[in-house]
Amino acid sequence: MEAATARKIRVVVAKPGLDGHDRGAKIIARALRDAGMEVIYTGLHQTPEQIAETVIQEDADAVGLSILSGAHMTLVPRIVELLSEQGVDDVLVTVGGTIPAEDIPELKKLGVAAVFTPGAGTDEIVDFIRSGAAERHQLSE
Amino acid sequence: MATEPREKPEFKQRDGEFSTMSGHPIEPLYGPEDAGGDPEQQIGRPGEYPFTRGPYPSMYRGKLWTMRQFAGFGTVEETNERFHYLLDHGQTGLSTAFDMPTLMGYDSDHARSLGEVGREGVAVDSLDDMEQLFAGIPLGGVTTSMTINAPAAILLAFYVLVGEEQGVPPEKLGGTIQTDILKEYIAQKEWCFPIEPAMRLVTDMIEWCSENMPRWHPVSISGYHIREAGSTAQQELAFTLKDGFTYVERALERGLDVDDFAPRLSFFFNAHIDFFEEIAKYRAARRIWAREMRDTYGAKREESMRLRFHAQTAGVSLTAQQPLNNVVRTSLEALAAVLGGTQSLHTNSFDEALALPTEEAVRVALRTQQIIGLESGVVNTADPLGGSWFVEKLTDEMEEAAYGYFARIDELGGMVEAIRQNFPQREIAEASFAYQQELNERVRIVVGVNDFTHEDEEPTPILRIDPALERKQVERLQATRAGRDAAAVEGTLAELKRAAATEENLMPPIIAAARARATEGEMIAAMQEVFGTYTESPVF
Repeated sequence: MEAATARKIRVVVAKPGLDGHDRGAKIIARALRDAGMEVIYTGLHQTPEQIAETVIQEDADAVGLSILSGAHMTLVPRIVELLSEQGVDDVLVTVGGTIPAEDIPELKKLGVAAVFTPGAGTDEIVDFIRSGAAERHQLSE
Repeated sequence: MATEPREKPEFKQRDGEFSTMSGHPIEPLYGPEDAGGDPEQQIGRPGEYPFTRGPYPSMYRGKLWTMRQFAGFGTVEETNERFHYLLDHGQTGLSTAFDMPTLMGYDSDHARSLGEVGREGVAVDSLDDMEQLFAGIPLGGVTTSMTINAPAAILLAFYVLVGEEQGVPPEKLGGTIQTDILKEYIAQKEWCFPIEPAMRLVTDMIEWCSENMPRWHPVSISGYHIREAGSTAQQELAFTLKDGFTYVERALERGLDVDDFAPRLSFFFNAHIDFFEEIAKYRAARRIWAREMRDTYGAKREESMRLRFHAQTAGVSLTAQQPLNNVVRTSLEALAAVLGGTQSLHTNSFDEALALPTEEAVRVALRTQQIIGLESGVVNTADPLGGSWFVEKLTDEMEEAAYGYFARIDELGGMVEAIRQNFPQREIAEASFAYQQELNERVRIVVGVNDFTHEDEEPTPILRIDPALERKQVERLQATRAGRDAAAVEGTLAELKRAAATEENLMPPIIAAARARATEGEMIAAMQEVFGTYTESPVF
């Protein structure tokens, strides 16, 4: 299946909830785009339902959720649940923002592949998404 | 100072970047040859036009700045306790942080509020909450700042009514409400309505306050959030002042006299880590504002030309790594704000890259200000840096950069049009990405992040917001709804909607609805039926 591997990696960068802190989301979106990926940025104030729908409609390989409001333990489980209800279980889910260390194990238990906290470099994030998405491409072949 | 230009001496230099955070090159040495223009005109004296050296003649010899720590989390009970704690520890003014649903005009029981209630600030749904928030605090004896924008008129109405219940009339209430909606579309992104009706509400508030609340600042024109969104200091300066001029123009179009409202406009700037660039930014802001208010907008009173500001240290400069280092960063930033002549100051707590601050961290932050004010001696003379060749030159250059941006914004048809075309948003996104690149490439160093890192850090204790608080707030709100006169609520909301469709000032119908215990969400929804909502097309 040549087409699957030749296709660009598709990433949804999403801002769930009400916080308007979009500096990080925009930097990541741009870094992923500059790294040759196809980036869909949802814009602000998205509901979990809107984000799940975007991920499915865009046939995304990965989704990056940016949350700086402290509402991650409500919003992330809901998004993961909506995706799995729709039978989507191979999308790489990552979370970025002000996430206290003690919440990270619980997020990972839900199926979040990585959590990036303040100070994470864009290169690190780009590499993580690229290798994770490459795995998904191979699985879908 | 018409000294002959002379060659700059050649220095042995380290490798590295010698430029401000805005990317402006810094010379190895400044001297008399860098002075431009007539120092009497350009620099003057503190308290005199063009106020470059400060808004008041005696500056901190007369009165220290107001130490005003921003606080708010959970329900009104928790925040009220924190207010009392801060006042008991020597804080001199209150500053309220509201949660995301309150900032966006959603009640705590709205589906969009789930998981967000009380997280980043305090939840306020109705007058009942506002009464509890200020319980035991005589509003005649403190000044209060409220950081809220799109629904600002509603929160102001709640505050006026709490004052009334305490027997303090509106003309005796002192404080500030942010109300700066333009920077919301530019940077902070908490909105309820499209730009035009939102601007009408701001103008309604300016008009109403100029008639009823002479001690109140109805707008705090804010660069803070522009900077936090990733702008440079130059952009912060330029966009903030341009926003300010836009409000002035709207109020003049409304038929107000500039000298009736301009003295009550105040500013809010970031205090970032590039020490001298920040100081130059504040000095340039005062000079530009004074000149434009006098020469372009026809102000006659000095109070209309005198820019006064609140400063907050840069949240974005704090690191999650080795968080105690943030105490040092915050001290430097606070010192820049003080040497730049701020009127009030919030110092961030060292744990804020991790979560909302603990009580201990807030106390250290407040102590930082007290050490600067009472131990360091920098307050002993007005504007100690005035006349520094470097500071004056950098001030001139900041001013020049701001005028460059003004011209570009005017070419686009003014600030509202520039925002519609995503101009400031794009400039900020570019600057923020460029800065991140510099960190990646280690052109700029952030200690503990891209250099001097160490593994295995001890976890820092953080403040956790109890999820039960959300339920508690929803119950409070439901009790309010159950205990009020439903017909009065319906009637006042209908009246608000009717007035929204006219050109009447909306403050009186908002106060009437607030008095009937209509909730914030209900009032916003009523106005949205007339005004519509806002969605941005993001650029990155």
